[in-house]
Amino acid sequence: MKKLLIPALLSALIIGCSSTPVDETSGAPVESRSGPGVAPVSAGGLDSRGLPRELTDPKSVLSQRSIYFDLDKYEVKDEYKDLVAAHAKYLVANKGFKVLIQGNTDERGSREYNLSLGQKRSDAVKRSLTLLGTRDDQVESVSLGEEKPKNPGHDESAWADNRRADILYKAPDGRGEF
Amino acid sequence: MMKLSPMPQIFQKILLVLSLLAATLAHAQLSIEITGAGANRIPVAIANFAGDPAAAQVVTATVRADLERSGLFKLVDPASATLDENAQINYGDWKGRGADALATGSLARGADGRMEARFRLYDTQKQVALGGAVFVTGNDQLRAAGHRIADYIYEKLTGEKGVFSTRIAYVVKSGAQFRLQIADADGQGAATALTSNEPIISPVWSPDGGKLAYVSFEKKKPVIYVHSLASGQRQVVANFKGSNSAPTWSPDGRRLAIVLSKDGNSQIYSVSADGSGVQRLTQSAGIDTEPRYSPDGGSIYFTSDRGGSPQIYRMGAGGGDAQRVSFEGSYNVSPRPSPDGKSLAFISRRDGRFQLAVMDLASRQVQILSDSHKDESPSFAPNSRMILMATEIGGRGVLSAVSSDGRIKQRLSIAAGDVREPAWGPFSQ
Repeated sequence: MKKLLIPALLSALIIGCSSTPVDETSGAPVESRSGPGVAPVSAGGLDSRGLPRELTDPKSVLSQRSIYFDLDKYEVKDEYKDLVAAHAKYLVANKGFKVLIQGNTDERGSREYNLSLGQKRSDAVKRSLTLLGTRDDQVESVSLGEEKPKNPGHDESAWADNRRADILYKAPDGRGEF
Repeated sequence: MMKLSPMPQIFQKILLVLSLLAATLAHAQLSIEITGAGANRIPVAIANFAGDPAAAQVVTATVRADLERSGLFKLVDPASATLDENAQINYGDWKGRGADALATGSLARGADGRMEARFRLYDTQKQVALGGAVFVTGNDQLRAAGHRIADYIYEKLTGEKGVFSTRIAYVVKSGAQFRLQIADADGQGAATALTSNEPIISPVWSPDGGKLAYVSFEKKKPVIYVHSLASGQRQVVANFKGSNSAPTWSPDGRRLAIVLSKDGNSQIYSVSADGSGVQRLTQSAGIDTEPRYSPDGGSIYFTSDRGGSPQIYRMGAGGGDAQRVSFEGSYNVSPRPSPDGKSLAFISRRDGRFQLAVMDLASRQVQILSDSHKDESPSFAPNSRMILMATEIGGRGVLSAVSSDGRIKQRLSIAAGDVREPAWGPFSQ
């Protein structure tokens, strides 16, 4: 956690300095400018949309946002534990950021039951994040059920792609979801 | 009216657009295909009605199509007989043609300019008039008059109320667009109540037929709305943290049972129709969803995975202990009690196929009513005789209607897209 926090604070300071013109004559302490009112920005700088590169760079683990599930199941499988932990770490270090977790299912069965199943999946991811220290008000878990399939196919591999929870970030300035 | 002159180009263009629009609208109509009929159909003749020929043609065509589609009647060809409601009936002649019943009538313009459809129904065996009526309508409502006449004939001859004047709601997905549509029970006269780029699911009619509750994803998550059809006014009924879904009206129309995940799991709540007074009804560690009130309002059927697999349960309308209702198989969902309270339609997974099942509530006997593989969202007609549902044929979403005895089958499809989420409205008031 320290590794992430320190560069985050440093870049917050840098942004604070560069974005606020310093009045040489006022002698105002620099510290006050890095206090409340300055958005904490994570290390690694910003991408072309002004979003933290750490979240959007395809090489960063935090750009991986999907957790896949088995048929009729809603437990987060071991292979996704590290991914969820990395997101929890980021959210703990960047309390201004929020996430929306969207649970999805394959197309088979009742639309409403699938909506609840998708909710179970997003709830499971939310629980993993909050157990690792993410604040409850940073995470909203919702379900899209079978309504927004990422893979429009009708076979086993399409169904596997669609049994999924996605993590979408919202920036402190309200920009989202990315 | 403008004076006659060569049509300006702009008007020609408007005309072209209008005719293209008309073609698109025709494309968007539901078309009905009848794929099964009852065993003992009542032979009935609908004579050509007298009076205004164009109006009479619309009305008689509507009556004949309604009766035919119900699967309970065999239409006897009236040949060229045009008979008004006061014509002398040659009972022997109609009996000879094989008709047990005969309807005659006329269309005339009343003093106020509206059309008056008069008709009389006869029993050719007993050689008596069974009754008659007059329906006054606007010129654009002639089909509605036909539906009223068909309802009258249906009730006189079968003893049950007809559903030809009812409406259905359904969702059409074409491309990335979702349209919530309302149409007459025969699929005609479709009108769009809501267009959205995000999914719309689970429409349900208020008991008075004036409103729909449904789930819309337009806020990027499921939120429950109540939509007044006449005014187009929409109200958010539930937009809590998490998912808001599966609305259903209490039989008195005052409350909705809904499903919320705000307390951490999909659970059933009840809420006033205006969104106030939320009460939690279930307290389980699993999924509780798809609530439906019994027609007397005393209990709620719902789907729950509390026993390890999704099954149908029943509890009191105020919550409390629940009894398991479905037992065969590992996936029984979407319970819909029939309006007469005698049976329960639901979707059952059998050998990987999702099929419409009906349980007789007295004997607990279950019958599978379809041979399809992706049935969803069953909805009873208000007279309990037919069940409308969504299914898939050739990879496309269509609606299918089946009689509660499984004999009569109809298919409703739309050329321009996938049809899903049907809801049959109440009797018209």
